[in-house]
Parts: sequence; structure tokens; C-alpha cells
Amino acid sequence: MTPVPTVFSVTFDATELDARRAIGQIVERLETSGLGDDQVGTVQIVLAESVNNVVEHSYAGQNAGQIEVECDVAQDALSIQICDTGTSLIDQGLPAGKPADVSGTRDTLPEGGFGWFLIRALTRDIAYHRENGCNHLVLSFHLA
Amino acid sequence: MSLTSTVKDSARIITVNADRIDAAMAIQFKEDMRTETENGPDHVILDLSAVDFIDSSGLGAIVAAMKQLDDHRKLDLAGLTPTVEKVFRLTRMDTVFQLYPSLGAAMATLEN
Repeated sequence: MTPVPTVFSVTFDATELDARRAIGQIVERLETSGLGDDQVGTVQIVLAESVNNVVEHSYAGQNAGQIEVECDVAQDALSIQICDTGTSLIDQGLPAGKPADVSGTRDTLPEGGFGWFLIRALTRDIAYHRENGCNHLVLSFHLA
Repeated sequence: MSLTSTVKDSARIITVNADRIDAAMAIQFKEDMRTETENGPDHVILDLSAVDFIDSSGLGAIVAAMKQLDDHRKLDLAGLTPTVEKVFRLTRMDTVFQLYPSLGAAMATLEN
């Protein structure tokens, strides 16, 4: 089934539980739009990691604001823009997302640091800009 | 919360009765795993067949659950659904854990 072009957005408070609920809504909309199970799975991984980053880092040490996720589904591509009013990433830039080292002994195995690696591994392109006090992260996927 | 546990054929089988292990439940999951594995058989099998989705926090919690075990005990994973399997494969955690397609497949190796 070819995806039906559609644009929709979901806005929610930057908490773990609201994020879970919003991601569920977005996943449902993407399924309705005709994305395959594998594509939806991939998008959900990237979306969850990106939104978790905002909840945990962008709004760290301040009152949690809101997150807006806008999805633009085309026949052969999907673009997702995530906006928040938290800490700017301009100075530090986006993390390189190196793979975590899993070759060591049990007690040295990493319990985190997978997020940006997964985001970079599963997207076609990532763009970031700061505008009017908002972070805009744009994630692009092939759907062909 | 959403774990149930039994002992069968010298293994502790822990079933996750939730459709996701995400940031909102990762800490609770790790604590519940500690409770479930505090004593009992050295071999622990975690049945993930009801879990449709896991994020990196959930992955970290499963790694933490293994690190909570003494070195001679082991944690195997069974019944990974496609998106969960994808996260394990991409992060190369599929080389750290023994993965079985189903609980039945994991149990079959015990009987042999």
C-alpha cells in the first residue's frame, strides 16, 4: 500500500508519560496513512529517542515546556519536525552518535548512550536549526 | 507491575506483560527485575513476546538487569518482536545476549 500524503501535528507536555501517549497517537496516524509495519517500527524508534532527548536534556533543570511533533507524509518520504523551547543545541551541535562499545565484560556494558546512534542509523537525513527561541529538529525518512 | 515469573526446568522464566519498555517505565522495570531475580535458578529467561516496542532506556534497563546478576548467572531473551529485535541488532546487543525466537525455543535448549 502506498502512503497517502498527509500532514498532521501533535503537541504535548514534555513528560515521559505524555510523550508515550503522543508517540502512540502518532504511530496510529502513520499506520492509518499506509506506512508498513517495518517503517512504522523504524520511525517509532527514532521518534522515541528524539522526544526522550528533549524531555531529558532540552528541558533539564527548568520547567518542562511543550513539544510539538509535525509529520509530513509523502508517497515516498516522511519528514518529522520536532519543536521545543528548551536549551539551544547551537553551541554544542548535534551529538555524533557513535556506536556504544559492547565488547567488554558484563560490568562494563553500557546502559545508555544509544539514542543518537539509533537516530542517525535509521534516518536518511537530520537537520537542526534554532528560530525564535525554539529548537527545530527535522528527521527525514525514505518510504520507497 | 507488569512482570510475572515462574520456575520451570531449572530456569526462572520472567514474562513481561506490557507492550512497551520505554523511558517512562525503565527504572521500575529494572527494580522489578531485581526483585524477580533476587534468588532462584542461575539461568533466567526473559520472555519479551508481548513487547512491541523498546527504546534505548528500555534496552539500558535490560542490560542493567543482567548486570545485577552475579557473574555465573545468565539472562537470555526470548520472543523478540521485529522492532525490539531491530534495536538489539543495531546496538549490537544481539552479540551480548543469547536471543531465542520464542520461549519454547529457549526452553528446548534446557531440555537437551
